[in-house]
Amino acid sequence: MSDTVVRIENLRKQYGPITALDDISLEVERGTIFGLLGPNGAGKTTAVKILTTLVRPDAGKVEVAGTDILKDPDRVRSLIGYVPQELTVDPYLTVAEHLRYYADLYHLSAAVREPRIREALGLVGLAGQEDRRARYLSGGTKKKLDLACGLIHRPPLILLDEPSLGLDVHVRRDVWNYVLRLKEQGTTVFLCTNYMDEAERLCDEVAIIDHGKIAVAGAPAALRSQLKKDVISVEIAGFNEHEREKLATLEKAVSQLAIVQATTKDGARLKIDVESNEIALPQILERTASLSIPIRTITYSRPGLDEVFLHFTGRPLAEEKEKDA
Amino acid sequence: MLEFAQETKAQLVRWMIHLRREPFNIAFNLLNPVILLIFMGGAFQGLAQGSVGGDYRTYLLPGILALTAFGNSMAGGIPLLFDKENGSLLRLMSTPISRASILVGRFLAVNINTTLQCVILLGLGFIFGVRIAAGLGGVLALLGIGLLLGFGVTVISLILAFVLKNHGDFFAIIGISALPATFLSSAFVPLDSLPLWMRLIAWVNPMTYMIDAMRSLILSGWDLPLLVRMAIVLLVFDGAMFWLGGRVLRRHLA
Repeated sequence: MSDTVVRIENLRKQYGPITALDDISLEVERGTIFGLLGPNGAGKTTAVKILTTLVRPDAGKVEVAGTDILKDPDRVRSLIGYVPQELTVDPYLTVAEHLRYYADLYHLSAAVREPRIREALGLVGLAGQEDRRARYLSGGTKKKLDLACGLIHRPPLILLDEPSLGLDVHVRRDVWNYVLRLKEQGTTVFLCTNYMDEAERLCDEVAIIDHGKIAVAGAPAALRSQLKKDVISVEIAGFNEHEREKLATLEKAVSQLAIVQATTKDGARLKIDVESNEIALPQILERTASLSIPIRTITYSRPGLDEVFLHFTGRPLAEEKEKDA
Repeated sequence: MLEFAQETKAQLVRWMIHLRREPFNIAFNLLNPVILLIFMGGAFQGLAQGSVGGDYRTYLLPGILALTAFGNSMAGGIPLLFDKENGSLLRLMSTPISRASILVGRFLAVNINTTLQCVILLGLGFIFGVRIAAGLGGVLALLGIGLLLGFGVTVISLILAFVLKNHGDFFAIIGISALPATFLSSAFVPLDSLPLWMRLIAWVNPMTYMIDAMRSLILSGWDLPLLVRMAIVLLVFDGAMFWLGGRVLRRHLA
C-alpha cells in the first residue's frame, strides 16, 4: 500500500440541476487528520458518501488505500469506519450489544471480538458502561458509542461527518481527544466540519470547499500565513485629550516600518496590521521606547480560519450558515 | 457464506432484542385479533349459528390467524424505514455486508414474530374452547400456513419500506389494507353468503384459500386437496412477490 490513504481525482457529482461536487481533487496522507471544511450544502457530505461507497460518482477516480471504490466497493467498506452526522445508535440495544453487532457486520472472529470491544470502549471512555441501554444514555455518550462502533475493526481510515455537531463543550473536547488518539495510533482521519476551531485544533491539512469546489487547501498554519496578516493593538497609558498627539506620533513612527501594512486609530488604541507579529513586535516596542510613549497594554491576534474562508471565498462563513438554516 | 450467516445473525439478533425488550409491541399487534376473537366471536355467536353451524369462535379463528399474519408481515418493513429515515441504514450499508442480509435478517425476524403471535392466538382460542380437529400436527400446519402468507406479504412490506418516502404513508397503507384484505375473503362469513362482487374479489384473494384450508384443519381435520390448492396459490403468490421484490430492491439497495 502506498502512503496515500485517500486519493480523489477530478471527482464530479451532479444531483439534477445542482452540482454537488465540481472537479474535486485531493489526497490524504497516512496517519494524518484531514479536514474538509465548508458551510452546509458545500458538498462535504456528498464527498463522504462517495468515499463510503454509498453514492456513485458521475466522473473521476476515487481510491481508498489503493483500492478503487467502484472496482471493489466491498473491500473499501472493510477498510473504513464511517460515523455519520446523525446519531445511529439503537435505543433498545446496550452499549456492548452495539459493538457485538458491528463486530459481526465487520466479520470479526469470536476470538478477537471481546478484546476489540474493550479496546474500542476504552478509547472513547465508555468502559464500565457495557450493559447500559442506549435509550438511557446522554446525547454525548450516544455519540461516543457511535464513534466506538466505527473503529471496532481497526480500519486504516475513519470518516467522521460533523463529529461534534450539537454536542456540549466538554463532550466536544472528549471527541477531539478521541480523534487525536486515533491519529496517535496511526489511523488516518477524514473529517467534515463547518467549525473552524475544530479544523484548526485537529487537522494537519484542510481543504476549504465551497459550492462543490475546493477554494484552497493546505495546513491551517500555512493557510493563515498566506493571508500575511496579524494585528497588533497598542494601548497608550493615561490617555486624554493631551495625549492624542502621542498616538498620532506613534502612528507616524510605526507607519515608516517596512513590516507594517496599515494602521488605524481606535480611542486610546492603535491597531497595526503587520505581516508577522513575531518580527513586528520588537520593532514597534523599540519605537515606543525611543519616543518615550507610555504603553498600558499591547496585544496581538492572528487571523483564524474564519478569515481564511472569507479571504478565499469572498464571503464570511457564518453568514452562509445562517442562510442555510 | 459464513460471512453472510454472521452478518445476518447479527441483524436478526438486533430485531429479536427489540422483540424481547418491547413486549408491548406484540400486545399492541394482538389487540385487534384478540378483540375480534373474544368480542366478535361472542357477539355474533347467536347470529352466525344458522349460517356457519357450530361455534362461531372456532369458525372465526382461521380468519383471525390470517389477519394477524397479514398485519404483522405488512408492518414488518417499518423498522427498516425508520433506519432509513434516521441514517442507520446508510451506516449499515457502509459496512462490508451483503445487501441481501439486511432483507433476510428482517424477513426472518418478522416471520418468527408472526409465528409467536399465532401461537398466542391459538392458545387463547384453546382457552375459549376452540379445539383443532387435525390435532397437534394441525397446529403446526396452521403455523406453517400463516408463514406461507407471511413470506409474500413481508416482501411487499420490505418493498414499501424502500419505495415510500416517509413512515406516515406506510402506516396509512397498512391501515387501509388489512381490513379489506380480510373482509374480501372467507374470513368472517362463508363465501356463499357474500354478494357476488365481493365473492369475485374473494376468489382471487390468496387469503380465501389460506383460510379455507385452515378452517378445514380446525373444523374437520386433514383435507388434502384443499391443502394442496392452498399451497399452490400461496406459493405462486410468494414466488411473484419474491420476483418483484428482487427487481425493486436490487435497485434501491445498490
